[in-house]
Amino acid sequence: MADIESALQERAKSAIDSGTPVAIIAGGTKSFLGNRVTAEPLHVAGHSGIVDYDPRELVITARCGTKLEEIEQVLAASGQMLPFEPPRFGEGATLGGAVACGLSGPRRPYAGSVRDHVLGCRIINGRGEILNFGGKVMKNVAGFDVSRLMAGAFGTLGVLLEISLRVLPRPAASLTLVHECRDPVPYLCGLASKPIPVDAAAHVDGLCHIRLSGSIQAVSEAKNLLGGEALDGHEAFWEDLREQRLPFFGSDAPLWRIASGPSAPMPNLQGAWVMDWGGSQRWLKSEAGEGEVRRATEAIGGHATLFRGQGDAFHPLKGPLGMLHRRLKAAFDPKAIFNPGRLYPEF
Amino acid sequence: MQFGGSGRESLILALRAMLGEESVLTEKEELAPFECDGLSVYRKLPLAVLLPSTVEEVQGILRLCSDHGVPVVARGAGTGLSGGALPISDGVLLSLSRFDRIIAIDPEQRIATVQPGVRNLAISEAAAPHGLYYAPDPSSQIACTIGGNVAENSGGVHCLKYGLTVHNLLALKVVTMEGELLEIGSAAPDSQGYDLLALVTGSEGLLGVIVEVTVKLLARPERAQVLLAAFDDVRHAAEAVGAVISAGIIPAGLEMMDNLAIRAAEDFAHAGYPVGAEAILLCELDGTNAEVSEHVMKVREVMQHAGATEVRTARDEKERSMFWKGRKSAFPAVGRISPDYYCMDGTIPRRNLPEVLERIASLSKKYGLRVANVFHAGDGNLHPLILFDANREGELERTEAFGREILSLCIEMGGTITGEHGVGVEKLDAMCLQFDSAELAQFHAIKSAFDQQGLLNPGKAVPTLHRCAEFGAMHVHGGKLPHAHLERF
Repeated sequence: MADIESALQERAKSAIDSGTPVAIIAGGTKSFLGNRVTAEPLHVAGHSGIVDYDPRELVITARCGTKLEEIEQVLAASGQMLPFEPPRFGEGATLGGAVACGLSGPRRPYAGSVRDHVLGCRIINGRGEILNFGGKVMKNVAGFDVSRLMAGAFGTLGVLLEISLRVLPRPAASLTLVHECRDPVPYLCGLASKPIPVDAAAHVDGLCHIRLSGSIQAVSEAKNLLGGEALDGHEAFWEDLREQRLPFFGSDAPLWRIASGPSAPMPNLQGAWVMDWGGSQRWLKSEAGEGEVRRATEAIGGHATLFRGQGDAFHPLKGPLGMLHRRLKAAFDPKAIFNPGRLYPEF
Repeated sequence: MQFGGSGRESLILALRAMLGEESVLTEKEELAPFECDGLSVYRKLPLAVLLPSTVEEVQGILRLCSDHGVPVVARGAGTGLSGGALPISDGVLLSLSRFDRIIAIDPEQRIATVQPGVRNLAISEAAAPHGLYYAPDPSSQIACTIGGNVAENSGGVHCLKYGLTVHNLLALKVVTMEGELLEIGSAAPDSQGYDLLALVTGSEGLLGVIVEVTVKLLARPERAQVLLAAFDDVRHAAEAVGAVISAGIIPAGLEMMDNLAIRAAEDFAHAGYPVGAEAILLCELDGTNAEVSEHVMKVREVMQHAGATEVRTARDEKERSMFWKGRKSAFPAVGRISPDYYCMDGTIPRRNLPEVLERIASLSKKYGLRVANVFHAGDGNLHPLILFDANREGELERTEAFGREILSLCIEMGGTITGEHGVGVEKLDAMCLQFDSAELAQFHAIKSAFDQQGLLNPGKAVPTLHRCAEFGAMHVHGGKLPHAHLERF
């Protein structure tokens, strides 16, 4: 655990002064995601450590280079958790990377995404200034919501130095029911409309996996209501799904993430599918061309990310949104120093 | 800039040609109902009030005003408490009141798409036949509109478990000052690019005009139960709040009232509150039947352990709604025991509740003004109501000075100057306490990215650096009234 904030600020300032772009890197576990950045690395993993954690507050504040593993262990010791179950994709995964990449795990549709849990942040902007936004409290509407804007910005708006997140108690009980499921979309949507304590729902290899979490009584009642087999070692299943370690993810074909409304029909695309988030995140292994995937995804009202493979990573921005993104980038990073091109080639 | 004479005439003519005579109000008596929002100490008449009915009309208005360099203030129901919808004398007021249609309720995807002028409660009413509801419930939910809720990132009693407005939105349609229609977010999660949904939510009408909102609907919980715990010491009640959370329970709502608020509410609503108590906590638990039973037992234990003198569980739905009626009518109830009151809205980390309440009590003595505390204790969102009489010489000024000290205290404790009411015009100076000039400059840069001319709701939400410099100077010299240029009523 170390505070290297001033060193990072100096590095950022000299990059800004000399107009040399930098690629922000912490654990480097998510470098595969997004477009390639060719720039000098700015290593931030050394800026690490939990700064503030009081379980009564349901808030944790940590430096960007703090490992997710450490954070989750500390929370677990107090019976709490990061509700959005961030994927790690490797041992060195850090809090800063998790927030910058905006990735959430299986509980996302039921407990909220990473950005939903961001309460505040401390950043270096493209003028080399250290700025604080948001705070350590749940209800806070002072100023524009810059801290949530940082989630999923892939470091293109500044260097995340410190982040405060909302955390939650771990459920007292949790189990996963598995049963055969030919037509998962209506089934999963039907479940979500009922007051049942579902906190993860996936469809893998023809089987629906429904995780129930809550009080002991509530979980046991819901289990009786839904029926189906309880999965042994169910935590490993969700972890493997989240970390993309299921056999499905093993093939060499490009991996697409298709985000859609939960009840949207399956896009007309050839390939293998796994469904998570109660139907609203669908993984596709397919050799279909980029244009074809994006068109078919748009036809169901969704957007497609090329998660692993060669090509433009993110779904193109429509209409005036492109212009607005460029202006926002310039508002934070006028000299285009941080992670140029990682999100979109134009900035 | 003063915008008058022939420029004004030609703008009004062009607006009438676009919207029709009856949708452009310019007579003083027509403008009067729009002169303030829920913070009525600030009042101004706009050049005109516009009542468009279509998105194309909104786009047309904004293009025209862009061309003329005329400021635009958007307004929903006008229930805001920080003056965010206060008109600008040389600008137009854009009322979204005709955008009052629920476009679609989709029970399968559990979403509702509505126009911005739809009332908050009307969404839950429309979703009710499907067993669904919209979670955020600001206390003004009968009247306030969803467009205003988005602009303010409104909270409510149930934020602790269900989040703020920003956590319950899926998509927005927003018109920029240049008249461009932006489609932000969708039913598909985590939309591509920057999270503009988060940025626009709570931006107080500075970044765009919201013309359509898609919200998440939740399945109505099987059961909700309320406990009322009475304490003979405010400190014990404040400590009990942290104890409930530490027990691993997230109540749907956890509200606190102090003795003055209890007595006022009881006189008004006859909710059956223990009027002798120094403080009460109302704790709502929801979920499945079994879960609620389990949590009721646990919370009862926690409250007793924390020193509650009495813990009651609502016997039936009638008693539950009575418990809430008292809480929800606390503001008007306090309004009956004092000629005026000033509602503050800061948030602090929960652990500092006992200390902050004590310090507010001693400030109350210092200023010689009574305070009633009725607030969202679960998320540390304070609403001290300062009781005063505006007709008494100097009381308004003392009240404002008291209020400023409370907000400074919130910042000192690691909190914020506004939990849910917004900055508007009311807390511009307090913003200078919470943010430094580089941070404020970053806010202004964001504003310019959306609105290069600075015409959308200018002068609200984010103070100019100049104003903060002056405010700082004022602090040094002391004794001067803030917002001296604003009229007082």
